[in-house]
Amino acid sequence: MRRDNWQTIAQLLGESLRNTACPSDHCFYSIDRVVRYVDILNGSSLAGQRDQFTGRSVLIHTNGQLAAAIALIELDGRARRMILATPDVHGENLSAIIEEAEVDAVITDHESPETSHIDLRVRCSPSLIPAPKGETVAHRTEWILLTSGTTGTPKLVIHTLKSLTAAIGASSGPEEPITWATFYDIRRYGGLQFYLRAVLAARSLVLSDKDEALEAHLTRLNAQGATHITGTPSHWRRVLWSPLAKSITPSYVRMSGEIVDQAIIDNLRATYPGVPIGHAYAATEAGVGFTVNDCLEGFPAEFIDNTRNGVTMKIVDGSLRIRSPGLAAGYLGHKNVMVLDDEGFLDTGDLIERRGDRCYFMGRKGGIINVGGLKVYPEEVEAVINRHPDVRISRVRGKKNPIVGFIVTADVVVAADNTPGQETDRIKREITELCRKELALHKVPAAVNFVSSLPVTSGGKLVRANA
Amino acid sequence: MSIRSKIVSEFENFAKEHKKTLPPLTDDLVLLDSGIDSLGFAVIVSRLEESVGVDPFSTSEETDFPVTFGDFVKLYENAAR
Repeated sequence: MRRDNWQTIAQLLGESLRNTACPSDHCFYSIDRVVRYVDILNGSSLAGQRDQFTGRSVLIHTNGQLAAAIALIELDGRARRMILATPDVHGENLSAIIEEAEVDAVITDHESPETSHIDLRVRCSPSLIPAPKGETVAHRTEWILLTSGTTGTPKLVIHTLKSLTAAIGASSGPEEPITWATFYDIRRYGGLQFYLRAVLAARSLVLSDKDEALEAHLTRLNAQGATHITGTPSHWRRVLWSPLAKSITPSYVRMSGEIVDQAIIDNLRATYPGVPIGHAYAATEAGVGFTVNDCLEGFPAEFIDNTRNGVTMKIVDGSLRIRSPGLAAGYLGHKNVMVLDDEGFLDTGDLIERRGDRCYFMGRKGGIINVGGLKVYPEEVEAVINRHPDVRISRVRGKKNPIVGFIVTADVVVAADNTPGQETDRIKREITELCRKELALHKVPAAVNFVSSLPVTSGGKLVRANA
Repeated sequence: MSIRSKIVSEFENFAKEHKKTLPPLTDDLVLLDSGIDSLGFAVIVSRLEESVGVDPFSTSEETDFPVTFGDFVKLYENAAR
């Protein structure tokens, strides 16, 4: 999307609405409210204090996604900086973020001791009050996203509306009926992509809610007519186990955020016959790399050493590097530095193996298990285990071993009853046989443990001890 | 089941899974001659930790890997005490 004349998200939404036959049909659907885009453009959620945010560094710290979704539209072009905090950030981490980002204003819907000292602190309300349109564009607002590592203070990744929308093409035909839905939180990179796709094209968006049970969410997706539904493979695996999986009728299913294996693609195809299934590679710092729609895991090798949609990819030491207009501008503060190589590529740390004319993701640089000097990528083993028809999800990890340093073990959630018996013995044996057939011996799990569930982060990714 | 019989059964299971034929598991069998490589022992030790409940190699710092099958059994019997 070429935008030499820089525009705000509100201006772009306004333009798209003017090209829509029924502007008042398009809205955000949250767990308990429907808010129309036309009302957001003509109103404010900021208690009559919107003008005071001009030029400020604003922490958006709301429990609900709807409040954040509205605030972003109100503040882009007005605030100097918007920090998109998820509700799981609190305590010391939140205080560190406030300091690092020089936060001098906060938009919130709850009390929190870490933000109580900030002088401009506004409780937002999704019940909009009429407000004049903010036509003046004061700032090219920085959008600050937090990285979602499981340990330590999140890094503050600097984007702009331009870098965030680099992968979003011109909107599809004006009358194409699309309602987006994402299992992600829109304050994370993966979810924000679909928030922006929806808002910039004035298409409705169904927001997820961390307190909503999956079954209730699926019922809502059906009722609110979601057509384009996105999430991580872990999100989708949970959907597929649900008895309500078939209650939704997507016309497009999309995955990103974790390695997509053939099993999840095939299971989605079996559940939603004829529905296009895409998977994308994206990372908070690197932006969107590519989207693949051929229902095969991995991606065509011709993507490497080529420029497609402005994105150039190469592989150095097995790791994917990306140069694109979607790259973040860097990190806020002095603690972290985003390093680009001499040609302006960012090392994603995601390891790639090329087999024939296809490239496959093998895992993260830091996630490798070292078995007596031989490398094992947990994701590679999981992809094999996940092919077993009784397996819902698996996690492979290294277990300390006195002889070879580490040995591979697998935690597996199966569809059948977990109580030990002939059935579980059979599944264990079949999993081991499958692995032995497909993998080098050192990659075959020494132990297969059945567990009732596996932890998933608030970002929808499988929790890994070393991630 | 005694510790010895648990160990014998893990060795036999492992051999069966890998379609190997083990020599008779006598006390004087040299483990290097058993046909099981270090990765195999790693797997057996990891499974024994489950079935016996101890890993003698991680509990004691100066454990040399036993030479014979008899030493191997003794190591587990001592660790389980």
